[in-house]
Amino acid sequence: MVVSTVLEAVRSTLDEALGADDSIFIIGEDVEAGGVFRATEGLNAKYPGRLIDSPLAESSIIGISIGAAHYGMRPVAEIQFADFIHSGFDQLCSEASRWCYRTSGSANLPMVVRTPWGGGVHGGQHHSQSIEAYYAHMPGLKVVAPAFPADYRSLLKAAIADPNPVLFLEHKRTYRLIRQEMDGAPAETRIGRARVTRQGTDLTIIAYGLMLHESLAAAEELAKEGIDCLVVDLLSLLPLDVGTILESARATGKVLVVHEDTLTGGFGGEIVAIIAEHAFEHLDAPIRRLAGPDIPSMPYHHAMESFFMPDRTKIAAAARELAAY
Amino acid sequence: MTVAKTRRVRSQQPIEDYLLSEQQLEEMYYAMLLARRLNERMLALNRQGRAPFLIAGAGQEAAQVGAAMALTRGTDFLAPYYRDLGMNLVLGMTAREAMLNLLAKRDDPNSHGRQMPSHWGNSERRIVTGSSVVTTQLLHAAGIGLAAKLRGDPIVVMACCGEGSTSKGDFHEALNFAAIHRLPVIFFVENNGYAISESNEKEMAVANVADRARGYGIQSAVVDGMDCIAVYQNVRPAVDQARRGGGPYLIEAKCYRLWAHSSDDDDSRYRPKAELEEWTKKDPLKLFRDRVEADGIFPRDDLDEIERRVEEEVRDAAQWALMQPDPNPEDALGFVYKEAE
Repeated sequence: MVVSTVLEAVRSTLDEALGADDSIFIIGEDVEAGGVFRATEGLNAKYPGRLIDSPLAESSIIGISIGAAHYGMRPVAEIQFADFIHSGFDQLCSEASRWCYRTSGSANLPMVVRTPWGGGVHGGQHHSQSIEAYYAHMPGLKVVAPAFPADYRSLLKAAIADPNPVLFLEHKRTYRLIRQEMDGAPAETRIGRARVTRQGTDLTIIAYGLMLHESLAAAEELAKEGIDCLVVDLLSLLPLDVGTILESARATGKVLVVHEDTLTGGFGGEIVAIIAEHAFEHLDAPIRRLAGPDIPSMPYHHAMESFFMPDRTKIAAAARELAAY
Repeated sequence: MTVAKTRRVRSQQPIEDYLLSEQQLEEMYYAMLLARRLNERMLALNRQGRAPFLIAGAGQEAAQVGAAMALTRGTDFLAPYYRDLGMNLVLGMTAREAMLNLLAKRDDPNSHGRQMPSHWGNSERRIVTGSSVVTTQLLHAAGIGLAAKLRGDPIVVMACCGEGSTSKGDFHEALNFAAIHRLPVIFFVENNGYAISESNEKEMAVANVADRARGYGIQSAVVDGMDCIAVYQNVRPAVDQARRGGGPYLIEAKCYRLWAHSSDDDDSRYRPKAELEEWTKKDPLKLFRDRVEADGIFPRDDLDEIERRVEEEVRDAAQWALMQPDPNPEDALGFVYKEAE
């Protein structure tokens, strides 16, 4: 029996990729020493010259990766914290996501940008952000945010093999928190596929990352009360699995969308819009969103941080209200 | 570049003081002239309402052609900026392709009508696709240099920008990274005096962009960007050195933007007339022609013949391109992603 954490799944997948294809290299801050979360620990000794410590400059980590991918390498870049990726926003938005499009397919970028995101680790303003809404608004880029170790494995493998730029979001709170028995894990998935993680009949909860785990925990609580929740793990935000979202919404007629990013302009709005547009007749209640409050950033103090973060208790409360509608 | 069969064969032996052969000098003049005449015709098409926009390189032909001729075609990479028509012509772009690009025609090899004109890119010719966001391409060039170094390929990458771009953070990040890893990248700055309306004094507190190279630990040079031969003579050794593993090089070509920033700009609002007149006397085409004529490299008739050939080519290109098909509206939807093989 092999049990893996999220972090171990990421590390072992990078290890296998480096071993299988010598066009793959890793670039980022402190990656040679293993990285601040130890995602690349031991890899520099095993693959000399294949891990490249970058200067502390995010635009260059992404811009250099673009150039190397254009040349035919498969760079896997690491941005140390998602909060710092924005100085590379221009390189992702104006360049990487448009490379294939603006050349009508005569050039493409097989590159991955991995980055730890999300709150719940006492990271304050600049080590807790949810960045997905900005980047899922860039056709040409793919955005992936798994929840379980086995999906980290299969989606990171898929991201590295993908001929397009992929933003691979790793929820830092789950790195060591979430474990999974890998042998019995669901079959390998593909980028752009969501998964119904829990079947249910009363209402549908749609989430990703840490919030998927909190939603599953809430669903277990609610089951004891006789409320049967269907839980969807989105896995990929771009491209988005519209089919699974709509099927799951139609199946229960009630939908709760959960994310820890702030509410207004958050990615949940897109999911709600898709359901409202295409499954309106199947709804038995207004679609509900549970998200971080509209404040500029996650506060540092643990009480305020907990106040900010949706969790199983808040999810269960929102779901109860929805079930009773 | 096509060379008419009826014309006499040029010697390929380097001429003393030039480091260039007759054949190369002819190519040089031809490319500079073609760039200028194309830009002139493009401006006419814009004023006639047939082309919505033009951003040109008039005054920078010597810098562009001299630098690009130092590269090995098909081997070295070019990450150009939007004024670099002359560079593209040296690396194989035809007059017809340049016109397809201006008119955003379906068969424009650069972007098939998806980008504004002069946003170059041609994978076969190793010309890296660029954007309107200045300076981003310097990091792409460094990334190509890193990849080539990891693979052990003896290629050189030339990254071009105007001096306006050197104020941006990506300029710093690219030079720093290329210096740390001693990458084979030539940073070629075409200092044309202006970033739209802002003259050099508003852009930087040092006299030369090249002065900054010291801060990164890389070599640099300032060259007369109006003198094509001098540009080649300075860039070629830097390219050769980079290919041998000597690391990056920053070259600043002092040239001048003879025209407005773009077809939508009115430079009379900010540019002193006397300054423009002074620089017009140093027009790179005139400078080149005077020198090779005075040195007896080419008789006047030969230079006139090149002029006629270029004008014919430009006329043909414009007429032909105007008749080429436009993209279909729904072509807008394609190539968002590359399909997996």
